[in-house]
Amino acid sequence: MSDSHNHLIDNSLSGKIKQNVGVSLARCYQCGKCSAGCPVSSDMDFPPSLLIRKLQTGLPEHEEEVLRSKSIWYCLTCEMCISRCPMEVDIPPMMDYLRSESLRLHKANPAAKNIIKFHKAFLDSIEQTGRLYEMGLIVDYKARALNLIQDVALAPSMFAKGKLKIMPELIKNRKNIKQIFKKTINKKQK
Amino acid sequence: MKLGFYPGCSLEGASREYNESVMAIAEEMGIELVSIPDWNCCGATAAHNMDKELSLSLPARNLALAEEAGLTELVVPCAACYSRFCATQHELKHDENLHKKINGIIEKEYKGNLRILNVIQFIEEFIIDKLEDKMKFEINKKVACYYGCLLVRPNKVLNFDRTEDPQTMDAVMKKLGADSIDWAFKTECCGAGFSVSFTETVGRLSGQIIEDAVHRGAEAMIVACPMCHSNLDMRRPEIDKYNKKKSDMPIIYITQAIGLALGIDRKKLGLQRHFVPVKLNDFKPYTKKTEVENPQKMEVE
Repeated sequence: MSDSHNHLIDNSLSGKIKQNVGVSLARCYQCGKCSAGCPVSSDMDFPPSLLIRKLQTGLPEHEEEVLRSKSIWYCLTCEMCISRCPMEVDIPPMMDYLRSESLRLHKANPAAKNIIKFHKAFLDSIEQTGRLYEMGLIVDYKARALNLIQDVALAPSMFAKGKLKIMPELIKNRKNIKQIFKKTINKKQK
Repeated sequence: MKLGFYPGCSLEGASREYNESVMAIAEEMGIELVSIPDWNCCGATAAHNMDKELSLSLPARNLALAEEAGLTELVVPCAACYSRFCATQHELKHDENLHKKINGIIEKEYKGNLRILNVIQFIEEFIIDKLEDKMKFEINKKVACYYGCLLVRPNKVLNFDRTEDPQTMDAVMKKLGADSIDWAFKTECCGAGFSVSFTETVGRLSGQIIEDAVHRGAEAMIVACPMCHSNLDMRRPEIDKYNKKKSDMPIIYITQAIGLALGIDRKKLGLQRHFVPVKLNDFKPYTKKTEVENPQKMEVE
């Protein structure tokens, strides 16, 4: 690939992806293997290859569509796309970048509401205790998603099988974990 | 022998039978697994979906603590933790500035010398050669080895087994006397992180995996990832709903299968904790194959 235009600052979304993630979308020649292998492409508003095509155009309306899409949130990061891509266009880290941009710009798709709530509940648990407190996560998430009925039936049998702990495990150096959150995700959200 | 160990949150909670079976076979083989002191959650899918630096810092803290404790090998049975650890090690190895930045965030010195082993690498390196001497039963069943995503992908980072048709788990199961079948969904995604937030999607993805294995006559599915296990075992009502039929094929961790072959008590392996009952029994007693296997050679002598 020619990098002769690198001295120009590319402000398009694909330019930012290249700068921040090191993934060159110009390499994609639209063979569609990623979309064929993606286990959730049928749930997406547009599959990975079309998402890349939209970014290749560099048009603001297409970039807007991508940042507001369900696709970036439905991606499971299963890594099937990159393992089959003949041009090694690394889609999963691109998806991570698009998700954090979509969050930062308050453009996350409403359909992703519960996924984001789940991630936030998950991270809160780590920030507070250092580890994932599963019982707390389920209760916290269900309360945030106002979806208290679903899965409540599972909890007693999980408990009976010794799969749910009542009390969280607290690590000793929780200060260190709080610092890590403060210097990363919490810094950006302010 | 002592090896470093990172259980991760699942193995301490909803997947504790995975931990129990890892510990049981290690004990049988005289291996001591030493947990990283004061380890924290690896951040899993949530961290890398939300913030890149957080997703690198959480695993890096654990790796730094392991190095501080003087560990050189780290056994990470959870495929998701293993994937996050390898991704962090890979990324920091190839980006010096990022490496410095992350060390600043975690306020620790992560050097990057640790050897990270998934459960199959652990078995290949420390267990498999000793099996013949210790095996009491052959797992004489048809099994489908299911690898999922994070054990084999992305290959550039993990450099472990083949991405489309991996064979390492199959080789272990064959060694245990099992008939490991060829099937089409070895590395398809089970739905993983959507277990709680998008249960229906998990029903579809895991449903297709169960359906193919059952269709090809598998009596059990062998796994090495707690997320795959939770989805395929605990989400069976959603799976059966998608497939429009009931299935009773149990999902067994590879360490539980080894434990059964070693004759370890089923409770010690945590088999009673599964939602789909593990009814498999009538294993064939194992007799060690002697050196003289060729009758013609005997006659000559």
